[in-house]
Amino acid sequence: MFKKYSFKGGIHPPHNKKQTESLTIEEFAAPDKVIIPLSQHIGAPAKAVVKRGDRVCIGQTIGDAGGFVSAPVHSSVSGTVKSVGMFPHPTGKQTMAVEIENDGTDEFAPLESFEKPWKEAAPGELIQKINNCGIVGMGGATFPTHVKLSPPSNKPIDTLIINGAECEPYLTADHRLMLERTEGLLTGALITRKILGAKRCTIAIEDNKADAIAAISQKLSDPKFKDLSVGVLKSKYPQGGEKQLINAVTSREVPSGGLPMDIGCVVENVSTALAIYDAIIDGKPLYQRVVTITGPLTRTPKNLLVRIGTPVMNILQACDVDFSMLKKVVTGGPMMGIALSTLDVPVIKSTSGLLTLDEKTPGIREYPCINCGKCVKICPMKLIPSRICKYAEKGKLDDAAEWNLMDCMECGSCTYTCPSKINLVHYIRLGKYQIQAKRAAQNTEQKK
Amino acid sequence: MTTVPKTTTSNQNQQSISPQVDEKMLLHLSTSPHIRQPMAVPEIMKWVILALMPAFVSSVIFFGWRSIMLTVVSVGSAVGTEWFINKYFKRPCTIKDYSAVLTGLLLALNFPATLPWWTAVIGSVFAIALAKLAFGGLGSNFINPALAGRAFLVASYPAAMTNFNAPFFGSISGIDGVSGATPLSNIKDAFLAGNFDPQLFSSALRSLSIGNVGGCIGETSAIALLLGGLILVWKRIIDIRIPLSYIGTVFILFWLSNGSGSFFNSASLITPTYHVLAGGLLLGAIFMATDMVTSPITPKGRIIFGIGCGVLTFTIRKFGGYPEGVTYSILLMNLIVPLIDRYTRPKIYGEVMKRD
Repeated sequence: MFKKYSFKGGIHPPHNKKQTESLTIEEFAAPDKVIIPLSQHIGAPAKAVVKRGDRVCIGQTIGDAGGFVSAPVHSSVSGTVKSVGMFPHPTGKQTMAVEIENDGTDEFAPLESFEKPWKEAAPGELIQKINNCGIVGMGGATFPTHVKLSPPSNKPIDTLIINGAECEPYLTADHRLMLERTEGLLTGALITRKILGAKRCTIAIEDNKADAIAAISQKLSDPKFKDLSVGVLKSKYPQGGEKQLINAVTSREVPSGGLPMDIGCVVENVSTALAIYDAIIDGKPLYQRVVTITGPLTRTPKNLLVRIGTPVMNILQACDVDFSMLKKVVTGGPMMGIALSTLDVPVIKSTSGLLTLDEKTPGIREYPCINCGKCVKICPMKLIPSRICKYAEKGKLDDAAEWNLMDCMECGSCTYTCPSKINLVHYIRLGKYQIQAKRAAQNTEQKK
Repeated sequence: MTTVPKTTTSNQNQQSISPQVDEKMLLHLSTSPHIRQPMAVPEIMKWVILALMPAFVSSVIFFGWRSIMLTVVSVGSAVGTEWFINKYFKRPCTIKDYSAVLTGLLLALNFPATLPWWTAVIGSVFAIALAKLAFGGLGSNFINPALAGRAFLVASYPAAMTNFNAPFFGSISGIDGVSGATPLSNIKDAFLAGNFDPQLFSSALRSLSIGNVGGCIGETSAIALLLGGLILVWKRIIDIRIPLSYIGTVFILFWLSNGSGSFFNSASLITPTYHVLAGGLLLGAIFMATDMVTSPITPKGRIIFGIGCGVLTFTIRKFGGYPEGVTYSILLMNLIVPLIDRYTRPKIYGEVMKRD
């Protein structure tokens, strides 16, 4: 029926999506209090424009972009600003955040939908609107979307890939969106395609989401979506990795150290496409997102539409999590997600899932590397993880860099597959961090 | 690790951020990934041991209780040596990873059934103490311990290591009327004497597949070894590239150099088939050359490794003094594995278009 796209390498962890893939998205009630971090994206944190005691409405800007690579932040409730200060962030740091007490009136700030039909608007105007609505890559990388959609004029984009792979186990938020808001995200894709002037626009979906593929294919028979196409992907991890996805769909390779735009591609998550639709058609800023709450200790797993800033604890309670057994809570998927140190952290724009686990750390007993080559076989970047890991572990940073340490995308497939249970990607991350620190130190020295 | 408040079940107020605290709960932190595949090193070793069971059973069928005795002695002294050395040097005990069991078993399958038990002990102690643990134990040895043990014994006790007796259900060579040597030394002698009879050798092929011929206890039954190989390929423990390129190289080289002068008749296939089935080639190619620690890590390197083993085996069998060449071929190729790995580095994703 379809040619299935794929890339070389990768792993097949158990999908664990059955628990939530058939559950309709429910809206989660706004909490009493939200904590909205000003840094929910890659780049400069937003600057707070509200202060203690201010009254804010839903969708009102509370933080202005702190630079070009930055994004504004909006309130997700109506109420009073209680404080602007340091709060725990899902990444484990303390960052500036705005704490707002919900007054329960759900009063909206005036939403400014686009003044003319989007088809008649210039790309610049659309990008401006996307920027104002604080849209960032919702697949996890949180790169500000308006930056991604403004490639330099010497880098024409011919291919737009809408990423519906959702290759991380457990997560079903994107899957549900593709089923429930098909028309919206397809329109979002068309808007993006218009902005980029891309000839080809493919919505790429893994073959374990047959119903989503069917739903989107059916919609595509509508003539207004004639410029879009569906690409069926083989289900494996990390099929949704930007570089792997581009390689699978177009057979091109993003140059080492380069960006997708260097080879004329842009990849955008389905949630982001939908957020663009909401921003352009309804004028809605990004103040809520769909989160999959699942995992072995979640008694009632759910797909919830959550206001940004809702504390994780509130959501876990609503999903009847067995706190007595709880050992670990992960935001995002199990392969690349971050383990939380406290449940007081809020949901942010990139929180695609909350995973409750009963294990401390999998594979505690570590064996010596037996050179089995499984990590080499599966590495989607075609590196030799075992070797790089050994170099990084021993502090031989130059050797590690020479063996392409910096090209690692940290997907964690090597660690997953290692029979010696060595956390390869951890040492590789450590090596990358040390090399970056070293390079930064050298740069400052040169400046002197 | 940070403490977080634990909610009581009585507190179901979803709207509060910091619910009632009555005891502390610890959340575990670790970097991603948070899931792992279940197969671990001991399971791999156990699967290889299981895959060797058909060969072991056939050795018991053809060579009787002595093969059980030799296997028990060899495995026992291998595990005992590993345990003692760990204990003596106050290192963590590593016998539970089953790699010593595997080394002992592989070594035992390389013994002739007549070998005195104490020679088996010497071989096992050498394999574990000098070839494996002296270099840092599992993962750090640069040559296959079992093969090193065998090479050591062949050099030290050549008579005992080549004193092959006839199996229970067949002649020693699988060729009626010829006795006193293994199938491999037979074909070698026949070629040297210039009285190679294709009929005689083709009739021996069936005996070679089943295993009722003379030789080391574990190497004679081609069917049992191939069955083990299938298990390992099915469990994705060995990379089929190594045995295929190894056996394929031996086959092609003997086919090209077969004595019949022709390449496209059935007689020309007898010598290469005979060489594949006879001697330790299948045992070596499936279980020894594929030893993860001492074989290359890159897919391309594994093919080069297999071809190198094949060329060396052919050279030793065809031109060398020994009838058998598998042990030394693999050991020699083990030594250049780091070199192979360095020169078969895969092209990384995006390297084609790497910008300066």
